[in-house]
Amino acid sequence: MVALRRASTGACHYRGGDERVKAARTTKTTASKESLTPAKKLRVLVAKVGLDGHDRGVKIVARALRDAGIEVVYLGIHNTAEQIVQSALQEDVDAIGLSIHSAAHVTLFKDVAKGLKQNNASDIVIFGGGIVPQEDMPVLKKLGVKKIFTPGASLDEIVQFVKGIAGRN
Amino acid sequence: MNQRRKTFKNLSEIEINELYGPDDIKNIEYAHDLGAPGEFPFTRGIHPTMYRGRLWTMRQFAGFATAEETNRRYRFLLTQGNNGLSVAFDMPTLMGYDSDHSRSKGEVGRCGVAIDSLADMEVLFRDIPLDQVSVSMTINGPAIVLFAMYLVVAERQGVDFRKLRGTLQNDILKEYIAQKEWICPPNPSLKIINDTVRFCVESAPLFHPISISGYHIREAGSTAVQELAFTLYDGLTYVQSIIESGLQVDDFAPRLSFFFNAHNDFFEEIAKYRAARRLWAREMRRRFDSKNDASLALRFHAQTAGCSLTAQQPYNNVVRVSLQALAAVLGGAQSLHTNSLDETLALPTEEAVKIALRTQQIIAHETGVTDTVDPLGGSYYLEWLTNRLESESKSYFNKLDELGGMIRAIELGFPQNEIHRAAMTYQKEVDAGERVIVGVNAFTEAKEPLLKILRIKETVERRQIRNLRARKKTRTARKLNSALQRLERVAEENGFLMPPLLDAVRAEATVGEVCDVFRKVYGEYRETASI
Repeated sequence: MVALRRASTGACHYRGGDERVKAARTTKTTASKESLTPAKKLRVLVAKVGLDGHDRGVKIVARALRDAGIEVVYLGIHNTAEQIVQSALQEDVDAIGLSIHSAAHVTLFKDVAKGLKQNNASDIVIFGGGIVPQEDMPVLKKLGVKKIFTPGASLDEIVQFVKGIAGRN
Repeated sequence: MNQRRKTFKNLSEIEINELYGPDDIKNIEYAHDLGAPGEFPFTRGIHPTMYRGRLWTMRQFAGFATAEETNRRYRFLLTQGNNGLSVAFDMPTLMGYDSDHSRSKGEVGRCGVAIDSLADMEVLFRDIPLDQVSVSMTINGPAIVLFAMYLVVAERQGVDFRKLRGTLQNDILKEYIAQKEWICPPNPSLKIINDTVRFCVESAPLFHPISISGYHIREAGSTAVQELAFTLYDGLTYVQSIIESGLQVDDFAPRLSFFFNAHNDFFEEIAKYRAARRLWAREMRRRFDSKNDASLALRFHAQTAGCSLTAQQPYNNVVRVSLQALAAVLGGAQSLHTNSLDETLALPTEEAVKIALRTQQIIAHETGVTDTVDPLGGSYYLEWLTNRLESESKSYFNKLDELGGMIRAIELGFPQNEIHRAAMTYQKEVDAGERVIVGVNAFTEAKEPLLKILRIKETVERRQIRNLRARKKTRTARKLNSALQRLERVAEENGFLMPPLLDAVRAEATVGEVCDVFRKVYGEYRETASI
């Protein structure tokens, strides 16, 4: 178990195996992505949204992404859509990965996507995982969700997908 | 000799030998370690005749959308030979929020039934006589509230509390460890639980006030050993806490029950249930000097492992569930839920639930495994494995004792981290193909069948909120407010919560309103995020 401190956003910060807590918050308005390149690593917010606490999958995914050298901001469980959006902006992430097992995925993904749009941050990639039936995939895609990993997905698939985000941005 | 693998390991990472024989169980003394069924240490079962006397209760966990729709499902299940009910509540109810709370948006009736007030609870059990059907309720943080509602429904049906049979899950420790749906911090939560136990002892003696649950610990990724150890240790923690609240061990321990997972590794699961009975009996006698056989005998419900089901080739899940259910039966379960083949996609359809229930009926009536008690007892392998699971669990008990008990261990993140590590190891083994999951990392198919699944309509949430608001308007404000104020005062004075709570429920206080009182007086639990 790594020793962790909580930053003001309530999140744990993991920088590819380095557990330093980010000292200052950055926002899109004060620090654009360009100003942080080329040293900036891919940065992903990982969390559970809504009321369900089933965090087995999300913790494994967060850990695997970190082990793959990606900066992970892990927000834990019971986050509202607004909390996700606010944290994503404050933490200046490239992507948001959300886990849902409560069948509330359409509502909650919609609220997150809407929040990002209202803050001119639709460039942040949204992806997710959980109990999501095939027939909901087109709905989520339309909302701007890039990818949903369903039961049986391997960690490698997820890591490769997230690494692919770097190429897009 | 050529073998398929260098080592063979079960799901607890225990290395399994090529062959077991008399030498592996030579330390077993029959009367001391196994005993006759129905006798200490209950390794072979808690009843002398087991399923020859009475089969297990077939209890399918169900709940979705509104109370009305779920009531219809219950009545369907009861006509199909399901003989006990088990309520699945939706996320807002599990967290103690009303359907019109901002945090409930999108979640109402989605993964369980939405219950806001007494009116919903009355509809849920309409035309179901509560003196004849036993009802289990999977509810933890707000368990005392839903229990009070259940009692008032019984009261209105004219059923004496002393006739009520059923189970309240009411196990908050495994929520902090694994399932993570809670309201208050550990100490006030234990106080609330103690009050439900006291009420049952005094007024509803056939009701099981706590179902100490390993199911969710296992679903969160633990090994069988961790499930066994953490669950029993949670049980010992409740016993200690209830004794400290002023009850005598043998007054309440006979009403404690357990809930275990039935996972894939067939023999490991059977050994787990047998080890659980032996360990519980021994620890209850050693730690609490319990004298009553009924306090020492571990009763349990089992549910097949949801996390073992695959979204790929979903019909294969019927086979997985059959084998898991068979393990639970060979392990001596008192009641059983079998999962439906479509549960990796959504809540089950009526058709899928029927197959799951029929699976139990086939095991009960066609296989012959119910004809004799503990049919696998005496198997070299099974007895060796039962011993091994017991001794590994005891190592965890020692560790938890050293840490200062389960609440301290939870604060330190100990059980959570052990489970996370096991889940990570398992996932890596699956990803590497070291553990074969049929249809997922072997024998895969490019095209998957599209199953017809149960959809919860968008209108459910709106309808539930509309009904809730209408109900709220018909209440007598003075009666309601004074009941809630009295509840708050009793909570602040650390008094017995059940009497004022029953009055609040009779005055139609909602789940959210009562839980707000708890949040105000006791505070809310928050977990520090970590991976």
